[in-house]
Amino acid sequence: MSEELAVEPKPLPKPGDPLHQQYWAFCNEERLCFQKCTGCGLWRHVPRDMCAKCWSTDWEWVESSGKGKLYTWTVVERPMHPAFFPDVPYASIIVELEEGVRMVSMMRDLPMDELKVDLPVEVLFERASDTVVLPYFRPVQK
Amino acid sequence: MSLKDKAAIVGIGETDYVRGAGRTEVDQMVEAARKAIADAGLTRDDIDGLMPPPVLTYTEELAAKLGIQELKWASVVAMGGATSTAMLQNAAMAVASGIAKNVVVVLGWNGYSALRPKPGVPPGRINGPFAFENILQDFYAPFGVTLPVQFYGWLATRHEYVYGDQTEAKAAIAMAFRSNAQLNPKAITRGRPLSLEEYMSSRVISSPFRLYDCCVETDGACALVITSAERAKDMPHRPVYISGVAEGHPYPADDIPSREDMLKVGIHSAAPRAFEMADIKVTDADFIQIYDCFTNIVVMQMEALGLCEPGGVADFVKDGALEVGGKCPINTHGGLHSQAHVWGMNHLIEATKQLRGDAGEAQVKNAEVGIITGWGDLGDGSVAVLRR
Ligand SMILES: [Zn+2]
Repeated sequence: MSEELAVEPKPLPKPGDPLHQQYWAFCNEERLCFQKCTGCGLWRHVPRDMCAKCWSTDWEWVESSGKGKLYTWTVVERPMHPAFFPDVPYASIIVELEEGVRMVSMMRDLPMDELKVDLPVEVLFERASDTVVLPYFRPVQK
Repeated sequence: MSLKDKAAIVGIGETDYVRGAGRTEVDQMVEAARKAIADAGLTRDDIDGLMPPPVLTYTEELAAKLGIQELKWASVVAMGGATSTAMLQNAAMAVASGIAKNVVVVLGWNGYSALRPKPGVPPGRINGPFAFENILQDFYAPFGVTLPVQFYGWLATRHEYVYGDQTEAKAAIAMAFRSNAQLNPKAITRGRPLSLEEYMSSRVISSPFRLYDCCVETDGACALVITSAERAKDMPHRPVYISGVAEGHPYPADDIPSREDMLKVGIHSAAPRAFEMADIKVTDADFIQIYDCFTNIVVMQMEALGLCEPGGVADFVKDGALEVGGKCPINTHGGLHSQAHVWGMNHLIEATKQLRGDAGEAQVKNAEVGIITGWGDLGDGSVAVLRR
């Protein structure tokens, strides 16, 4: 890989949608929060203005336990986006949280050959810039 | 009213498929459209309907550059790689209803030159956003997921977890498409067959995709002319009828993780509707052109079409089944994997050639019925049944 390409910064969330902004504002306080419908009780992610199940427009942000299970992943060896070249190999993962929602993250503190479906994981936060904190996951600490 | 056999493909056009076209997408689209219009025995004054691709150009720009002065109808389908085959449904509706007489369907892009930075290759022009851009930007990209090879990797990993390792099936698919491409003069991999050893030793790009699980990146454009079945009878070429066509969307279509069943994709709902319209079974097809961005995605579509039970593809593909001359030829031109990546418009061009009897060395004997699939964005699907 050519060094001259590795100058672009990593893509960070640039939320224009006010709900996306609120999600990331909670992350900035190291809190993983999701919307919970006050009409039918369903948790949801990604953020949306209305519950697509019961059409209620009432909801609240509720903090997640941050614990869940690994649902699927891809181990990236050739990232295409130059900013991720130094990180390879990395596992981009989908986690199913205890509350039922699934989200995209990246695995920390686990060799790539130990990734397995249903592995118990927990959130950890890492600051990526002055304004952005990203939620990553690692195996549940015994 | 059923759309069955109400519209036909009567003209095809394609540019060369290259790495480094050195010109804009729309310039290549204009070339492909001009060729398709000429192939149909028409002039631009006969064209009154236009279907440009999403993102890469606009109706107004394309019509202006082609000199189409009396445009009556235009429509854009935005389903990523499922766009091409899904556009047949819209074009057929337009000509069957009489809203337009002759519709040009066109798609081209600089999939090699403009997709990602390369030293010495100038970037392409800036185009508009795509359907799930906000979700990709705010929830996927920060974790290193910016492209299909990564987010389809999630689907493929999950599929292999549920239905078992697919290495055998994937190797056979990659080698069959590469073998078919050796028969195609426009295939960018012509002269470079693929051995099992090369496949197995190829580097991982994003698991479970190795290099040879991935399609090629090329620049190029394709176009079709679609008209009504009545008018098609008097055109220069044997008409290729749109016998069945449908699109399908996973739910929700704009986000993969939140799907209840991540392995249920658009093709699962599109295929039965397309087959019912055409009144065929999947086994009636003389050939199939499957949207082959990645081999695992071919596996998932073969299952969704009903060619075999989930997990059964490795058995199905044995003994050269997918090669020209095999029991179920798939991607007789080499597909996105080995011919070129034009969002599957090249699949429709090849299907039309097969049904005209013009497929050269790759001709499937007495081909009467072909199935074409499209797959795109986060798992949108489209299926067409074409017959001569
Ligand atoms: Zn609700």
